[in-house]
Amino acid sequence: MTAATAPAGIDSSAVSERVEPRLVGVIALKVLREAVRDRWFWLYCAGFALLAAGITTLALPDTEVVGTGGFGRTAASLVALVQLVVTLMALTLGARSLAGERESGTLRFLLSHPVSRTEVLLGTYLGLGGALLAAVAAGFGVAGLVSSFRSAVVDVGILLKIAGASWLMALVMLGIGMLVSVVVRRTGAAMGAALLIWLGLVFLGDLGIMGTVAATNLPAETLFAVAVANPIEAFRLTAIVSLEGSLDALGPAGTYAVDSFGNSIGWLTLGVLFAWAVAPMVLAWLLFRRKKDL
Amino acid sequence: MIRVKGLTKRYGHITVLDDVSFGVPDGEAVALWGPNGAGKTTIVRCILGFLGYEGEIEVNGVDARRRPKAVRQMVGHVPQELDFYDDLTIAETLELSRRLRAVPGSRVGEMLELVDLGAHRTKKVRELSGGMKQKLGIALALLADPPVLLLDEPTSSLDVASREHMIEVLEALETEGRSIILTTHDLDEVGMLVSRVLAMEDGKVIQECAPSELAERLGLRSWLHLIVGQDQQEAAVELLAAHGFRAHTNSAGILVEVSAQRKGKALHTLQESGFEIVDLEVWR
Repeated sequence: MTAATAPAGIDSSAVSERVEPRLVGVIALKVLREAVRDRWFWLYCAGFALLAAGITTLALPDTEVVGTGGFGRTAASLVALVQLVVTLMALTLGARSLAGERESGTLRFLLSHPVSRTEVLLGTYLGLGGALLAAVAAGFGVAGLVSSFRSAVVDVGILLKIAGASWLMALVMLGIGMLVSVVVRRTGAAMGAALLIWLGLVFLGDLGIMGTVAATNLPAETLFAVAVANPIEAFRLTAIVSLEGSLDALGPAGTYAVDSFGNSIGWLTLGVLFAWAVAPMVLAWLLFRRKKDL
Repeated sequence: MIRVKGLTKRYGHITVLDDVSFGVPDGEAVALWGPNGAGKTTIVRCILGFLGYEGEIEVNGVDARRRPKAVRQMVGHVPQELDFYDDLTIAETLELSRRLRAVPGSRVGEMLELVDLGAHRTKKVRELSGGMKQKLGIALALLADPPVLLLDEPTSSLDVASREHMIEVLEALETEGRSIILTTHDLDEVGMLVSRVLAMEDGKVIQECAPSELAERLGLRSWLHLIVGQDQQEAAVELLAAHGFRAHTNSAGILVEVSAQRKGKALHTLQESGFEIVDLEVWR
């Protein structure tokens, strides 16, 4: 039988093992569409938007009072909401991503195509990142609209700054979730691990620092470092700085931060958030790439 | 050309592939035949880069370990487990694959027609029967017209008519000059689709031969379950025994042990002596 070594114009030598943005885009779009079709995603979005609307309504003073002061309270409340809802949404989305694909067998389907594991990881991250951007935009959009309807002066700059920081926070949690998803094979176990991490970062981090302050005589710089190392605290500080609020709530650590870093504290916390957005994904990439068996 | 040399796969202390070597030249179809757990699917998964392994795998001269993307560009794969995205329709699944393989859009329609799924293109994967999923799998594997096909039990979920149609499609592919690896435990399929068989057992290749020789070399036996007249059963068993067959009656008819590839001889023996065979089944 005569042979055709490469029918259909397939030229294997032209296939690069390097990351191809086109393929990352195709996967990202697929993931984004899946997220949009996912009822959990809509539940989270609806929950976040409703809570944002509720908080905005409650945080604004009665209708006679007009001005940015009311909106400042709204923004502060939204930050608290992001700390709880958006972080949980991003963590669980990330944790379900690759573990779910692996468990359902679709990861093999995807990787039977000429795509690399790096492209799958990046595409998934970007797709879910896009979905989270939509969720954050919807929540803050609703809050802005409610504020406008109630005659509060909306500081669009602050709103955008906090929304941006919230999305960055969501990307941090998404990265951590995806790292969990690479390490843990089962979706249920990945979700359990994600919930524990969320609990640890949101509640134990905060209470832990308060407990540490009460129980030890750690120097202020150490306390500040411990606080800032928690990405959720870093987000909170970034938001407080954006709102031109005081860091008094951090006690001696806050005083130390203001004394030591002055106006650049916002950049410091933003840098911490960027570092958190990158580090778990780099680790996830290293582990996923080297994983022998899918 | 697929070249596999010294392929070994271990999970801890368990060896599921043990020093397997074989080659599939361009234009040849080879079957990996054997029972479940023999290691057939593991070989396919190693070629695709799903699993780590010891040994060497090359597809058209490309090292599968070093350049898995390039290898997958040349390979069409029909998986044994047909795990596609449940929420996507047939057309969306093909479209996703088309984009990932950078194939012209017209191929989607061609493939739908080839596997007879055009009328179902808007059905979601979750709504498909096993047979329809298998057709989709074959359409996906052929979408980019690849030079290498890995067909992992490609007709196991199809009904008889669809299976025949699909075997015709697969026979045509072989003549188009591809290298094909077909995994199966169906002896008939082996005979129809490939020119060479690697019989596997416990992760090792135990025989390599033409399909026509496999049953004889492995001493494979089948059972014919024959329905004859109630009053003829004892006489039929005696006649078959006299001609060297192992036969006995059961509640519904008689059972005759035959060589897997010479099943007709027992029937011929009975018919020559005037026995009327009302019905028959082949048991393996």
